[in-house]
Amino acid sequence: MTALRANRGRDALAPGRNARSKRDPGARASRPRLLASKRRRLATALLGLALLAPLASAEVVHRERSLYQTILVVKQGRTLCLQFSLRRAQRNQSCLDERRPERMVLDYTRMMMAALLFGPAPQRILVVGLGGGTLPMALTAIYPEAQLDAVEIDPAVVQVAKRHFGFAESERLKVHVEDARVFTRRAVAAGRSYDLIMLDAFGADYIPEHLMTREYLADTRALLTGDGALAANTFAISQLYDAESATYFDVFGPFFNLKLPSSGNRVILAAKTQLPSLMTLNARAAALDKSLAPYGIKIRSYPRRLKSEVDWAADTRVLTDQYAPANLLQAQ
Amino acid sequence: MSALVLSLAFVGGFVIMSLELLGGRVLAPYFGSSIHVWGSIITVFMASLALGYLAGGRWSLRSPSLAKFAGLFLVGAGLLYPLVYFSEAAMEWIFHTFEDPRYGSLAASMVLFVLPTAMLGMISPYAVRLLVRTTEESGNIAGRLYFVSTAGSALGTLGTSFYFVLWWEINTILTMLTAALVLAGATALVVARTRT
Repeated sequence: MTALRANRGRDALAPGRNARSKRDPGARASRPRLLASKRRRLATALLGLALLAPLASAEVVHRERSLYQTILVVKQGRTLCLQFSLRRAQRNQSCLDERRPERMVLDYTRMMMAALLFGPAPQRILVVGLGGGTLPMALTAIYPEAQLDAVEIDPAVVQVAKRHFGFAESERLKVHVEDARVFTRRAVAAGRSYDLIMLDAFGADYIPEHLMTREYLADTRALLTGDGALAANTFAISQLYDAESATYFDVFGPFFNLKLPSSGNRVILAAKTQLPSLMTLNARAAALDKSLAPYGIKIRSYPRRLKSEVDWAADTRVLTDQYAPANLLQAQ
Repeated sequence: MSALVLSLAFVGGFVIMSLELLGGRVLAPYFGSSIHVWGSIITVFMASLALGYLAGGRWSLRSPSLAKFAGLFLVGAGLLYPLVYFSEAAMEWIFHTFEDPRYGSLAASMVLFVLPTAMLGMISPYAVRLLVRTTEESGNIAGRLYFVSTAGSALGTLGTSFYFVLWWEINTILTMLTAALVLAGATALVVARTRT
């Protein structure tokens, strides 16, 4: 459990994925910090030169201690990744392929886009948790008519997204620097609504507790339009899996789980009213296929992967504002 | 007598820090967990304790007794318990009154926590007055009191953040803290009655 916990971030380790695999940019994440510490580098060198050779290839482009976390921008070949540092290892929050900036590098970002299968083109979109701005940039490019609100608690993350990840605000894409709970409560009070909501608020550790409770999800659901859809990024293997599932079920009723063999993430897809049928999903996928292809999203393969079975213990306690020991449960 | 007063000071310290820690959880649904939320809570607790120390010292000048000391706990419990019922409504109102979440969280912390915390802050100086007999021993006794009450605070912090929130709902924990204060006050009251 310790190894996994040290690797928390938006992008989770896939089950059985070799932590030293060259294909996994996240596995290399701990290396820049090793480089930063001469003493530790010496120790590593003593441990074996074989380990040191690949260390040299990851480069820390930017490092900053913000109010909420240590932000790292790490470059590996032509791939640039945003990481929030925790203890010795970091996980990727966002990645950008400089040669093909539109391509979504991380599995979970592509999986989140499955929410587009739920309904017609969204007019109003809410993205909670900015990271490198991958999702907001893609969504506003795919839907040039849509208005998008992004909520990010850490002003430093917004600056890093703009400076390193090509993120830009516009008339149609506004970033609100505040706690998502506060934003949501104000939005509900103002009677605002969204056709599509993506929940992707992560700290270095995991999703903050107060953004996992029944009350928060109920407020978020209240923001959805009648045929609105919600996508939430979570981990597929986590001590919190059951509690999260039970809480989403309590608020939304049946929902879809989307998991990929290559990814350690589980994306929850929920609708305000009713889940679409497989036929509708397939039809939407065919229609979206072309516009999503540049992002590397194989949308046609998603409908059959959406599972609505209850795969958690039925007696799991729901997370509420009164009972939210989320990160303690995770540590058990 | 000495053991009783020290144990009571321990309970006071325990409740203060447990309450402070729960404060973050109570405020989060309305004001988030931005850095200013913890800033507000810590500010309000420090300021309230400061006022409590001052008031507790002052009050110890007026014919101090164990029965009055017990009263601090009972009144503290009376100020703490209403949080279970009115904090939601208070925060709802404050949330819509203050646009800026910094002042919202500061106002909410004040409304919710000033009274119980200030009352519990009166315990330490009052306990010093009850225990000190001579000038020579005053420093030693004050030191021992700070030791137990701060150890209580440490344990209250640890217990709440490591275990209580995992086992119980916030309102359940608040009720238990109230019960601990009532029990402490009642014990002191019974002892005070039997000794006179």
